Amino acid sequence: MTLLAPTPRGSIPPSRVVELDAVVVGAGGAGLYAALELKQALGPEARIGVISKLHPTRSHTGAAQGGVCAALGNTEEDHWEWHWFDTVKGGDYLVDQDAAEVMCHDAVDTIINLEHLGLPFDRTDDGLINQRRFGGHTRNYGEGPVRRSCFAADRTGHAILQTLYQQCIRREVVFFDEYQVLDLAMPDGPTGRVSGVIALRIATSELFSFRAKAVLFATGGYGKVFKVTSNAHTLTGDGMAIPYRRGLPLEDMEFFQFHPTGMYKLGFLLSEAMRGEGGILLNDAGERFMERYAPTMKDLASRDVVSRSIYLEIAEGRGIGGKDYVHLDVRHLGAEVLNTKLPDMSGFIRTYFGLEPLTDLVPIQPTAHYAMGGIPTDIDGRVLADERNTVVPGLYAAGEVACVSVHGANRLGTNSLLDILVFGRRAGLKMAEELAAAPAPAVDIEAEEAVQASVGALLRTTEGERPAVIRTELQEVMFAKCGVYRTESLLVECRDEVASLRERARNLLVDDHGCRYNTDLGDALELGFLLDCAEATVASALARTETRGGHAREDHPERDDVNWLKHTLASRDPATGEVSMAYKPVTITKFEPRARTY
Amino acid sequence: MDVTLRIRRYNPEADEAPHWEQYAVSAEPTDRVLDLLHQVKWYQDGTLTFRRSCAHGVCGSDSMLINGRNRLACEYLVRDAGTNITVEAMRGMPIVKDLLVDMDAFWDKYRRVMPFLVNDELPEDGRERRQSPADRDRYEDTSRCILCAACTTSCPVFWTDEEYVGPAAIVNAHRFISDTRDEAKEERLQIMADADGVWRCRTVFNCVEACPRGINITRAILEVTQEIGKASIS
Repeated sequence: MTLLAPTPRGSIPPSRVVELDAVVVGAGGAGLYAALELKQALGPEARIGVISKLHPTRSHTGAAQGGVCAALGNTEEDHWEWHWFDTVKGGDYLVDQDAAEVMCHDAVDTIINLEHLGLPFDRTDDGLINQRRFGGHTRNYGEGPVRRSCFAADRTGHAILQTLYQQCIRREVVFFDEYQVLDLAMPDGPTGRVSGVIALRIATSELFSFRAKAVLFATGGYGKVFKVTSNAHTLTGDGMAIPYRRGLPLEDMEFFQFHPTGMYKLGFLLSEAMRGEGGILLNDAGERFMERYAPTMKDLASRDVVSRSIYLEIAEGRGIGGKDYVHLDVRHLGAEVLNTKLPDMSGFIRTYFGLEPLTDLVPIQPTAHYAMGGIPTDIDGRVLADERNTVVPGLYAAGEVACVSVHGANRLGTNSLLDILVFGRRAGLKMAEELAAAPAPAVDIEAEEAVQASVGALLRTTEGERPAVIRTELQEVMFAKCGVYRTESLLVECRDEVASLRERARNLLVDDHGCRYNTDLGDALELGFLLDCAEATVASALARTETRGGHAREDHPERDDVNWLKHTLASRDPATGEVSMAYKPVTITKFEPRARTY
Repeated sequence: MDVTLRIRRYNPEADEAPHWEQYAVSAEPTDRVLDLLHQVKWYQDGTLTFRRSCAHGVCGSDSMLINGRNRLACEYLVRDAGTNITVEAMRGMPIVKDLLVDMDAFWDKYRRVMPFLVNDELPEDGRERRQSPADRDRYEDTSRCILCAACTTSCPVFWTDEEYVGPAAIVNAHRFISDTRDEAKEERLQIMADADGVWRCRTVFNCVEACPRGINITRAILEVTQEIGKASIS
């Protein structure tokens, strides 16, 4: 077969072994910012590679809409300490406060840096970065909404992704587009040094061994584990599942954010900015029901609160026509705001619903949106192997795949973009610093052979179940039994069903036995990642017998600070397959846990 | 409703030439064409190959020729596409497999226009550079590009001359040429004034019709030519 033109972009020719100084997996905001900082810190000679299973500009950072918060104070008084408090409170006090302090403090400098890199922010009349309101962001420790979100219309993520990709091009970061990462090289076991990754070149199905002194996972989330989700098809938890398979823990996986305003049935988002600009939620009676649940912040209460309120309205028969959705009303915002500040959102409503936001009410339902949990890291992106915070040398993680933990039990709107930026950047700088002393990468022959064997086996299947059949069942059971509201009995059922799906997934049918862009093989591999993420999520949700942030247990409806002011760590023993839980304390430095009202 | 989906299939590993295959799928009027492609891939024939990611028109992965026009499969609904839908790969790029094309040349052209802000001087107060809303507005339209290639692969000049940088690259050059913060305007205008640059445009407007973001591409191209004129670049 004729190969395509060389896919690795830049100066390195295609080869089965690629030697780099550092390798970044994932080309969203976190990965790109890290790569850029690495290159700027180490100079043009440094071999910094970014592997992505997509073309970088397809990364899901680009789908983020409303903005990124930083206490610039450009349109009204604001302080990063207020942002810090909002983040801690929004996370229902499960946030590690030292990490959130770093994030909110660094936010200001990071946003300014992005402007310097060329980001097309909306501007005030004075030419400063413009700012608007967003859910859960308040002035003076909860007194009322504050304008803190910096934005580029309603496509802030797109602007961030483009700007960082552009600057990476300028600095000659080497891109490996359309490579699927499948394993880590860690020849000395789960706490030994990481020395690279093994990836499948999708164009040709060749396996590549990327050898590097430092590896960053910035692969995003796993929203595709749920039936209704805002997440892209490609968000299958690859980066979480890979270390989990190696016996490393995943932290706080029970906390998954359901965003209140997903487009009904489709799942993708109508930005919180629609409420930030003044949109309100209405039930079947046309009542603005958030006034009952959150008298101060109303429709701009934090996302877990609003999503649960919508569920209660629906459960009590006040969904529209008794169905499982409510209305978002933006009619009063006027054509000017809808067309200039929310043009993409208005376009979505017209394209997918055939409705006119100026005159029609928009059907919305909560949609699985964001994983607060993930690979445990410190504030410099270093991956932690256990509850004693043992560092895994050579391995870093940043963005949604990681859990620092700055979001605790519930992430505030806009803080996901801030997380990828601040901690992507910090991880890149720390990698640059630690590279000098790192040994030459060791080869993990065992892992290379294991990947070769498992991919080969999938390519030779002639009978079995289609990945889509199992994936669809997984998404349905996770949405129904491990969704906005959970109980022990539902979670036990969910755990057992996920286990049986994992068993069935041992016999997958892959129709495509060819080597060229075998996306059928890709579907099968991604299903494996999703199943592992589901297992860790359900185990963690079952363990936590309280209600906090994005984890609502109907059988344990109160927050329980005495027993549960701690992080969960779920891990699976690679030898026995047993899943076990461990715990570590929450870092509390300034804000004592209090009852959470909006 | 029942929909007949005709897809132009081609796997150079196995097929001598592209050929049409027909699939029967059942659909809601609100289903996206992408949903139908998934139905085929997931439940009928796993070898069908195409790119996609976000599924709501922001990532730019799934542009293809649907019912004779370049569109994003995730933005085109059955209620508009009808019950007989034809799908084929974008034109003017080598087909790698089925609906998936080799985009390397496209990305190389994007890179050729220096698609990044050049300005290493920072304000002394450590804050953001100032830019008026009016100056910001000058590149609002072209900063919305999602690099889906729908414009470039609908351009007849591009079909006949593969050296032409094409509308997408010009859109991205415009985004920086029009940004008051940028300091590489002349260099970029020089690239645009090259033989394979902006002068190849014949104002056919196919690109404007094809752009899923509604960017006024021909106007952007015209503005770049005006800037070349103002800068007296030959």
